[in-house]
Amino acid sequence: MTRTRVRLTFPSNLIQEPILYHLVKDFDIVINIRRADVKEDYGWVALEMEAGEDTLARGVKWLKDKGVQVDPIERDVIA
Amino acid sequence: MAKLKGLKCRECGRQYPATPVHVCEFCFGPLEVDYQYEALKGVVTRESIAAGPPSMWRYKDLLPIEGEVAVGHHVGFTPLIRAQNLAEELDCKEVWIKNDSVCHPTWSFKDRVVAVAVTKAREFGFDTVACASTGNLANSVAAHAAEGRLKSYIFIPADLEQGKVLGTLVYNPTLVAVHGTYDEVNRLCSEIADKYRWAFVNVNFRPYYSEGSKSFGYEIAEQLGWRTPQHIIVPCAGGSLITKIWKALKELKTLGLIDGPVKTKMHAAQALGCGPIVTMIKNDSDVLRPVRPNTIAKSLAIGNPADGYYAYKVAKESGGHGEHATDEEIIEGMLLLARTEGIFTETAGGVTVAVTKKLIETGVIPRGESVVISITGNGLKTPDALYERLEAHVKIKPSLSAFDRALADLKNQAS
Repeated sequence: MTRTRVRLTFPSNLIQEPILYHLVKDFDIVINIRRADVKEDYGWVALEMEAGEDTLARGVKWLKDKGVQVDPIERDVIA
Repeated sequence: MAKLKGLKCRECGRQYPATPVHVCEFCFGPLEVDYQYEALKGVVTRESIAAGPPSMWRYKDLLPIEGEVAVGHHVGFTPLIRAQNLAEELDCKEVWIKNDSVCHPTWSFKDRVVAVAVTKAREFGFDTVACASTGNLANSVAAHAAEGRLKSYIFIPADLEQGKVLGTLVYNPTLVAVHGTYDEVNRLCSEIADKYRWAFVNVNFRPYYSEGSKSFGYEIAEQLGWRTPQHIIVPCAGGSLITKIWKALKELKTLGLIDGPVKTKMHAAQALGCGPIVTMIKNDSDVLRPVRPNTIAKSLAIGNPADGYYAYKVAKESGGHGEHATDEEIIEGMLLLARTEGIFTETAGGVTVAVTKKLIETGVIPRGESVVISITGNGLKTPDALYERLEAHVKIKPSLSAFDRALADLKNQAS
């Protein structure tokens, strides 16, 4: 099992969609939300995801395809 | 003197011992070094600082180093220059340049943060340091690792121009060119930092690394005769520098080293093509919306800055503002500083000069007040930004008569 810490940023069109529900149900990824800020037109969630490496990769790809920005918890580390 | 309390989460306040960790295990918030200020009062004085070396290490008691300085003994204490010519051009009474374009050894303020991070890495017993960078940070990590006889891994995007990596390769690091998008390279570096027991200076060593920036603020106050200016203009990339200069000024106040209240307004400067922090300030919103960078100011091109929220808070708390500069304004800023003060800065310096000009013209900075412009890098590293703008004024054949004619032409053009 692989565990990773990420920060998900949601654009306004996805705020009302059950994205995390599908991430858990469709990909069988264990999530653990640590901090979040969701507003009417924008939101972010800092969470831990745990699953097999391939499953995590598929889950992250699905999130990106949906339009969710997926960043490391540190955000931009290239300086 | 036990000066370090440890690390503290900037979000939930949870405390940790001073170890190589950077994220709060509970809320995933960033960690910051916390000090025993009571123990430092009366120990750190103007006199004790003045008796220290002419480098950033004169403030060692206020930095998270507990043993001896391992590398970068000559970093910092760069000139603070009264920029009279620039002040006249800007029609502003008191303008100063804090000039880290001549910071030893790699010509940018990154030497301050890297000297602290690499010294701390040695203190913790690491034998390898690393970073992900497209420019100044890579130069500085490679140089300080060489000086400290440490192994170094520098990660860069594979499509980075060869000219930009020479200033890193010369120090003989292991340079890893990663094929992939910016996001993929970024993500990989985060994973590598998590997996290997290396001192990844701006990831797992970030709490210590970023403290080095405080020396920029201490120096401004000391060089002004232990007073604080009314305005400081700071370039923002990840957003850390502006928060650390502010922390430095407040620490000096806490320790009784400066007279009167700190009334400095901290202004954020970013490029229009990558300005998420300034956008927050202008919109008065604490929500940082990541952007895709598109600017010539490559050293400031951080689309999702880790300290963006805290940078915004400092600008608001201090009564400061923020302004964007277009690519054209950035070039004009570089040229203005060069022709008035004889200082060749990189594009980030063009941003701070351009933003200062705008803030003065719009009345945000009153013309009778004191301003310090942060110049954080050297223009000789990235001259490509100016290639299309500059060329020789006079081209002649090797004869005195040809020069006489050219000179006459120049005088005619000028009159």
